Amino acid sequence: MKGYKIIVLAKQVPDTRNVGKDAMKADGTVNRAALPAIFNPEDLNALEQALRIKDNFPGTTITLLTMGPGRAAEIIREGLFRGADDGILLTDRAFAGSDTLATSYAIAQTLKKHGNYDIIIAGRQAIDGDTAQVGPQVAEKLGIPQITYAEEIQAIEKGKVTVKRRLERGIEVVKCPMPLVVTVNSSAPDCRARNAKLIMKYKHAKTISEMQEANDDYLHLYSDRPYLTIKEWTVQNIEVDMNELGLTGSPTKVKKVENVVLQSKGAKVITSSDEDMDQLMRELIESHTIG
Amino acid sequence: MANFYTDNKDLKFHLTHPLMEKIVRLKERNFEEQKKFNFAPMDYEDAQDSFDKVLEVVGEICGDIVGPNAEGIDAEGPSVVDGHVIYASGTEININALRKAGLMGMSLPRKYDGLNFPIVPYIMAADIVSRADAGFVNIWGLQDCAETINEFASEEQKMKYLPRVCAGETMAMDLTEPDAGSDLQAVQLKATWDEKKGTWLLNGVKRFITNGDGDIALVLARSEAGTKDGRGLSMFIYDKRNGGVTVRRIEHKMGIIGSPTCELVFKDAPGELVGDRKLGLIKYVMALMNGARLGIHAQSVGVSESAYREALAYAKERMQFGKAIIKFPAVYEMITTMKAKLDASRTLLYETARFVDMYKTYAHISEERALDKDEKAEMKKYQKLADLFTPLGKGIASEFCNQLAYDAVQIHGGSGFMKDYPVERIYRDARITSIYEGTTQLQVVAAIRGVTTGGYLAQIREYEAQKITPELEFMRRTLIILTDDYEQAVAKVVDSNDNEFIDFHARRLVEMAGFIIMSYLLVVDSNRDTSFTKSAKVFIKLTKSLVKGHAEFIRSSVVEDLAAYKIEMS
Repeated sequence: MKGYKIIVLAKQVPDTRNVGKDAMKADGTVNRAALPAIFNPEDLNALEQALRIKDNFPGTTITLLTMGPGRAAEIIREGLFRGADDGILLTDRAFAGSDTLATSYAIAQTLKKHGNYDIIIAGRQAIDGDTAQVGPQVAEKLGIPQITYAEEIQAIEKGKVTVKRRLERGIEVVKCPMPLVVTVNSSAPDCRARNAKLIMKYKHAKTISEMQEANDDYLHLYSDRPYLTIKEWTVQNIEVDMNELGLTGSPTKVKKVENVVLQSKGAKVITSSDEDMDQLMRELIESHTIG
Repeated sequence: MANFYTDNKDLKFHLTHPLMEKIVRLKERNFEEQKKFNFAPMDYEDAQDSFDKVLEVVGEICGDIVGPNAEGIDAEGPSVVDGHVIYASGTEININALRKAGLMGMSLPRKYDGLNFPIVPYIMAADIVSRADAGFVNIWGLQDCAETINEFASEEQKMKYLPRVCAGETMAMDLTEPDAGSDLQAVQLKATWDEKKGTWLLNGVKRFITNGDGDIALVLARSEAGTKDGRGLSMFIYDKRNGGVTVRRIEHKMGIIGSPTCELVFKDAPGELVGDRKLGLIKYVMALMNGARLGIHAQSVGVSESAYREALAYAKERMQFGKAIIKFPAVYEMITTMKAKLDASRTLLYETARFVDMYKTYAHISEERALDKDEKAEMKKYQKLADLFTPLGKGIASEFCNQLAYDAVQIHGGSGFMKDYPVERIYRDARITSIYEGTTQLQVVAAIRGVTTGGYLAQIREYEAQKITPELEFMRRTLIILTDDYEQAVAKVVDSNDNEFIDFHARRLVEMAGFIIMSYLLVVDSNRDTSFTKSAKVFIKLTKSLVKGHAEFIRSSVVEDLAAYKIEMS
């Protein structure tokens, strides 16, 4: 059976789910040092969808693509431990300060260079920015269709992918020809745990930069076992317009960051009776919400 | 987001015991498999790093999946449909998670798709899984039946069955029958050779079979018609794919409800003979049981860990009379004693596991090449120690496990009696540990030889001679005095030359030896990591009161006293 070529887009993020009191710096920016760096949770849901395709279609290969600093190689290893076949770390100072537009540009250019994909799967959004923009923007830039809010990739037949989408008010099942981008919700199944043999096989996998930094006893391994070298790409490896990258390429400017304490106020049930409607209109007018 | 390995630093402490380097070097035959297998270690540090990383996955699966599923499995339980077991839904989820993570067949050789882990990290995984769910560990932990296949079956059988175990098929050991429980010599299930079919056929009934509907079972059966004792029994592999065995019913149990305990009916079920005829009970089952006993020791430690943690958390949280109940001496003594017993049974567990590792690894090496004189001597030494420590550890740790579960409920007060807190389940689950794989009373029967032949004493003297820091010296002095008491008690009982008198005091003597041994192990642990000093101090106080009490009981005991205990059958 013919397998598929899958690219999983993943991001290393600060673990904002376990926020302590030192999570924010005095200037209102995220104190990344105080938060452990983790595999973005919905990207793990995305990886699981890819792994299930690989379970069902032997010959399928999964490449993990991530953009970030050198230490983001860690999530490529995490992916390899779970069953991904290889990974690319896209890392360059030129990418620093990228917003979603500049990020999706860099990723799209990387994918154009890499080619060779049937399905690109990403998490819906990253827990540090919560924008849910990068996946869709990548699809736009590659000029291929996209399916967002996916909960399950149900079937692949005759070049078409069937996807169940989880929307606010129900589910929708759609079919779409390949190649395409799928972004996956957290309501999709959790990613499987790391596999013992794969951990032992790939635990020494490193990028060239990591190899240069490490004082490693196992250097001979990298010539004997090519799969242990994680591809590390910079702007040199892709074709880009430097003005579209990093801060210069990012129209989003952060003006101010504020701590907001969310307060939920008591809810009020209003029926469709005339009295309730009249009462509601009066209240809204009195509070100058309308009128 | 819980991790039952990384949240418990005591595990890594035992994993990195100094003897591990030798065990790993032997087990890895000096790391020669790195050329053949891309997941084999390069050296000792690399192997340790692999154990650590793999156990982290075990801890994660147990913390995030197996632990949270335990309550639902306990409520739902397995069922029987059309003669086969349907696991509780959580059980299936657990098995799948561990299967996908490649955590089946951990100790089997790589050529059969195993991880080739020593017993120590495998037992550590069992310790962690037991903390998460004591019932589930039975299903997962039956993979150690595969060790018996690895030890005694033909190469052809190993190639056929072991990769299936590593791929996640479950196992069972079919020993007990309605009239053959503790006395396995009475097994009646018939094995007859069918000339036409060219196979052994198994007929009869088995009872109380844990995971009896597992994919691959080891079956003890009577192959020698007309015989009545253990010498007529052989061991067979039953492959569920061949059919012939149905589950008549599953037992309704007090605890470990998720683990299906089956009554099995064999009707012309094909069986493959393992090893030689007639050695089923006397050789293979003994090996199987020793492995299983070590497994129950691990289960007891894991359950003790969960009982201790539940009790500690509740005692810190529960306010009475204006303060947390842990502030009261009656409660903090219980909690601290629980921790001391937990540490004691865990250090004994890993000491025993190391002994088993040493001798089993030499035994496997001896199949590849002749051992030299020193190696042979070492193998013999560790085999003897493993045989001595296995029943001692299973016996004492399972009793401790019950005590800890009891105390954990007690600390919860009325709430502990309700199904609202996990201690209620832990209490029920703990109860079986001192019963199956040989009751505590039978562990004493196996262990008493270590008392009468001086085996335990010799090992106590070894511990006594270990180098320790001066701060720990006062503990050694206490233990030397207690060892004198033990020696005198042994001499008095043995010198009676009365077997019934020896049997009568056997449990006391075995406990004395066991407590002194665990005390020494805690002293040695404290020498390596001061965080154990508190438990060592507390446990030695317990040892002192137990040894002195038992010594006094024995000192003032005469053979004639037994009459006061005996009960006449009317």
